[in-house]
Amino acid sequence: MADDFLFLTELLGLKVHDLKGRRLGVVKDAAIVPLIHPSRVDRFLVGGGWAWLTVRHDQVRSISLDGIYLKDEQLTPYHSDEYMLRLVRDLLDQQIIDGQGRKVVRVTDVTFSIEHASDGDSIRIVDVDIGLRSVLRRLAQGVVPPQWVRRMQTIIAPHSIVWEDCSIIEADPQRRLRLNISNKILERMHPADLADIVEDLSPDDREAIFETMDSEVAADTLSEIEPDVQASILESLETEKAADIVEEMSPHEAADVLAELQEQTSEDILEEMEVEPKAEVEELLEYKENSAGGLMNTEYVALPEGTTVAGAMEALKANEEILESLNTLFLVDVHDQLKAAIPLARLFTAAGATPLRELAPDTLIHVDVEERQDRITELFDKYNLLTLPVIDAEGKLAGVITADEVISLLREK
Amino acid sequence: MLKRFRYQIAIFLSVIGPGLITANVDNDSGGILTYSQAGAKYGYLPLWTLIPITLLLIVTQEMSSRMGAVTGKGLSDLIREEFGLRTTFFLMIALVLTNFTNVIAEFAGIASSLELFHISRYISVPICAVAVWFLVVRGNYRSVEKIFLVACFLYVTYIISAFLLKPDWKEAAIYSVKPILMFDTDYITMLIAMVGTSIAPWMQFYLQSAIVEKGITAKEYVQSRVEVVVGCILTDVVAFFIIVSCATAIWAHGPKDINDAADAAVALKPFGQYAYLLFSAGLFNASFFAACILPLSTVFTVCEGLGFESGVDKRFEEAPEFYWLYTLLVVLGAGVILWPNFPLIKMILASQVLNGVLLPFVLIYMVILINKKGLMKEWTNSPAYNAVAWVSVAIMIGLTLALASITVKQMMPQAKASPGGSAPVAQVQSHDPSRHAFKANVPESRIAHLFRQAIGIGKFTD
Repeated sequence: MADDFLFLTELLGLKVHDLKGRRLGVVKDAAIVPLIHPSRVDRFLVGGGWAWLTVRHDQVRSISLDGIYLKDEQLTPYHSDEYMLRLVRDLLDQQIIDGQGRKVVRVTDVTFSIEHASDGDSIRIVDVDIGLRSVLRRLAQGVVPPQWVRRMQTIIAPHSIVWEDCSIIEADPQRRLRLNISNKILERMHPADLADIVEDLSPDDREAIFETMDSEVAADTLSEIEPDVQASILESLETEKAADIVEEMSPHEAADVLAELQEQTSEDILEEMEVEPKAEVEELLEYKENSAGGLMNTEYVALPEGTTVAGAMEALKANEEILESLNTLFLVDVHDQLKAAIPLARLFTAAGATPLRELAPDTLIHVDVEERQDRITELFDKYNLLTLPVIDAEGKLAGVITADEVISLLREK
Repeated sequence: MLKRFRYQIAIFLSVIGPGLITANVDNDSGGILTYSQAGAKYGYLPLWTLIPITLLLIVTQEMSSRMGAVTGKGLSDLIREEFGLRTTFFLMIALVLTNFTNVIAEFAGIASSLELFHISRYISVPICAVAVWFLVVRGNYRSVEKIFLVACFLYVTYIISAFLLKPDWKEAAIYSVKPILMFDTDYITMLIAMVGTSIAPWMQFYLQSAIVEKGITAKEYVQSRVEVVVGCILTDVVAFFIIVSCATAIWAHGPKDINDAADAAVALKPFGQYAYLLFSAGLFNASFFAACILPLSTVFTVCEGLGFESGVDKRFEEAPEFYWLYTLLVVLGAGVILWPNFPLIKMILASQVLNGVLLPFVLIYMVILINKKGLMKEWTNSPAYNAVAWVSVAIMIGLTLALASITVKQMMPQAKASPGGSAPVAQVQSHDPSRHAFKANVPESRIAHLFRQAIGIGKFTD
């Protein structure tokens, strides 16, 4: 037969026949057991009289649109099984995460491939169908013969997601384990994409994802989420897990998130944190949210006044983790007073022995920790800044404000 | 001084949540005109409906917001997950059709409010349709929303007007608690429309999504419940004063149908020359406000339920179904109004009747959903709550069936209209003819006649 595929809408209602070809009942649901096989349909749930029977995949001789023929009729009554993912109950019409398209989608239908083997046919999930074509199939299911539906649907473009790219959403952590749901697909995504997805989910589902996700990925993702959603996620998590995630965030982002929480929750989380990140975060929490102190972060490179280009290069090699977003170096004297700001690119055209001081532009622009937001955005605009140093009351370098922070600020308005 | 004032406004706006917004959108063009018509045609008679309507409104809105807070999902999401695609699909079709008539009603409200100033609908409606489309799609709607909300204070004019008109308060008080049923098509239509306009089906979808979007969770739900209840009561307080104003200013001089906005504006006549201005501003604000929210809410509901991408932050290619449906609703909704001699006010009233007919079905799904332990955990309905909900469903379906049977009877006049009238004729009149000086000869349908006999309402002199 040419068509080696089957839709869930067609599978449901398919007649099941015993060895003598007598009709036992019709398919009501199908289940996979992810711990055994990630995509093969392991059981067919067949409804005949009052009770449902379970047909195991190795009891099937053939599957086609004409029905399912068995080779073994020792069927057992259906009992709910925690390890089963039932396609109609747990997947159809539910939301799943499309790892490739990076969004939350709703399942309208499922496409199986029919695998022929000498000992019998089996079916595997190939695609999860969304979009209009599958909507048509659902509406026609049981009303229009399947062959007609297959012909009719070709006028609409298919819209499907490969099963391997789908991530099922399950809020119960026990069940996640039994169903072998991993966060691999999610953890491979860009944190900003994952953040958009998380914002689309219900609070319970968000909690389940953050509870089970690697703390580092969770931290990156949380930084990208809207402030009020951030707060509700952290509040729903166990304090310990919340503290693990906050520790992984950059201190100024951590401070921003904690400032959004209720005071008690925020203190509880700080309590659970390691000493070093905690001190840094607490310091930042002192500043008013919309002052320079509240906007700055403490990830910057400050070097002694007399450093040469070669010396600076050495220092950078030792701090590779911040290179990705670094664009300015700062020079400070022995009392930590800010002396100069050097654009990073200057280093590449200067000789190794050149003192950094000579590469500095004439004007050094900086702001006080108390400076207001609108003044800061004005400075960025006026001087075309990428990074703006912030100094405290004693003239010491306290942190830097970066352009991306200013962009977020402006977008909020 | 000015600063202090601004500060107070800021506080006021920060506490306005989904409940109050919904309550205010509730009194849209359909609301204003339905209540006006009720007062103008039946005087104080329909006032009794307001108490049960308020109760039903509180029950339904509270259920929507509770479901939103506990599940974190929209109503159409839940219907899809629990009842499957086919149910969702047909419900969505019914909702789109009903809401479409509501969109028409909003544009009709815009047209008729501006026609008071002799601005042709051929100018006002296209301009407003384009304005609505851009305001919502280009995303500056949020910042304008607060202006609409503040402008909703125009409803206060009805309260002032009611007092200045010196209505018969004793009469109004009596009819507020004295139920009067008449088996007259117009009266039943009016009842359904009053329920339909107060408890519009689309409101339930809108409110639940708004609660979800606001991020209100089960923990914070208790505070939000207060807001929802206050909002519901406010809606019906406004309704009460609209009816009383119209009863005193219009019906007392002879019951009449409201045929255009000028008729309805009479209710504000104590404001003299400003009456038209106030009425027009109020109606325009309410209509435009709802014209922004209603099509958008409809499209979100449909896309959520059927699993299409949605959101004004998406590009057209990302969410084609969303943009197409939205644009169609706005363009067709406004376009219908431009049909020559389109009966604006009739259309507005008819849309509210459709709301009332769809409502029980939406309610049925809501009550089933909210009683699912798996979804709502400890937040399911109490038995008393369920009783109120199911009784409301039964009454609404009863009213709808009564209306349908009467309408069908009337649509086949030839079959029945043997001269002399074999169909019993009921002379409708209230028990106090000196004040309620209106009589109507209404051919009573046989079903209505039997029904009336069965439940023993003797309001008719046969």
